[in-house]
Amino acid sequence: MKLDPAIRDQVLGTVPSLRAFAISLCGNIDRADDLVQETLLRALAHIDSFQPGTNMPAWLFTILRNLFRSEYRKRRREVEDADGHYAETLKSHPEQTGRVEFEEFRAALAKLPSDQREALILVGASGFSYDDAAAICGCAVGTIKSRVNRARTRLADLLAIDGVDDFGPDRATRAVLAGGGRN
Amino acid sequence: MGERGKNDAMKHRKTNLEPLEPVAEKSENQEPMARPAATPHKPAARLGREVQARIGQQLRAMYNDVVNQGVPEHLADLVRRLSDQDQE
Repeated sequence: MKLDPAIRDQVLGTVPSLRAFAISLCGNIDRADDLVQETLLRALAHIDSFQPGTNMPAWLFTILRNLFRSEYRKRRREVEDADGHYAETLKSHPEQTGRVEFEEFRAALAKLPSDQREALILVGASGFSYDDAAAICGCAVGTIKSRVNRARTRLADLLAIDGVDDFGPDRATRAVLAGGGRN
Repeated sequence: MGERGKNDAMKHRKTNLEPLEPVAEKSENQEPMARPAATPHKPAARLGREVQARIGQQLRAMYNDVVNQGVPEHLADLVRRLSDQDQE
């Protein structure tokens, strides 16, 4: 019996955000794609444990996070190094934001403890509810809320302290930098 | 560090990005800890709120930058291949 095409399409449809989450965990696009691949292998091998009608993205994110965590324990040093270089791992940046501002943001994000960064990304970027984020991370909803709040406060502090010039209202400079950064 | 166990489980509803506003206000409450903004026309309290809004934008921009790359061919092939195999 082959996999239900609707389920297959749900898996495929989740891959782009799965990659974005993986990159935020690994800080490295190649390792992230390996992690996504491993996640897909694992998920499709155990697709019977997915209940149709439930949240496919949350299910896949949970598998990916668990894989990452078990690997993390094995390769702690390497991952910490990757965290340290997180700001430099992705050279491309969205065109609508200034280059300096954007890299400043990545640098600040890289300074967060990984559990806070993870919670912030799940809620603030992936768009998961606090309940889903808590399920994915295997912790209480209150813990996720606390991590997200601390992450936001810390980022705001980092950006306010270090980034007044680049983060401020100098739109002309940002526009020039953004234009220059393209291509 | 040290502020673990802060349990505010019931304060927010299930929405994800809604809490941006309350969080911004919270950082205003903690203003003594934050350094004041250097620009005179932008009070520190406002900077907190603007930075919070900016954080949300930047976060989504960074994330969507990857999402918009779509599904790499080798991953799409993998999913199709495994989907066509007999399931246990």
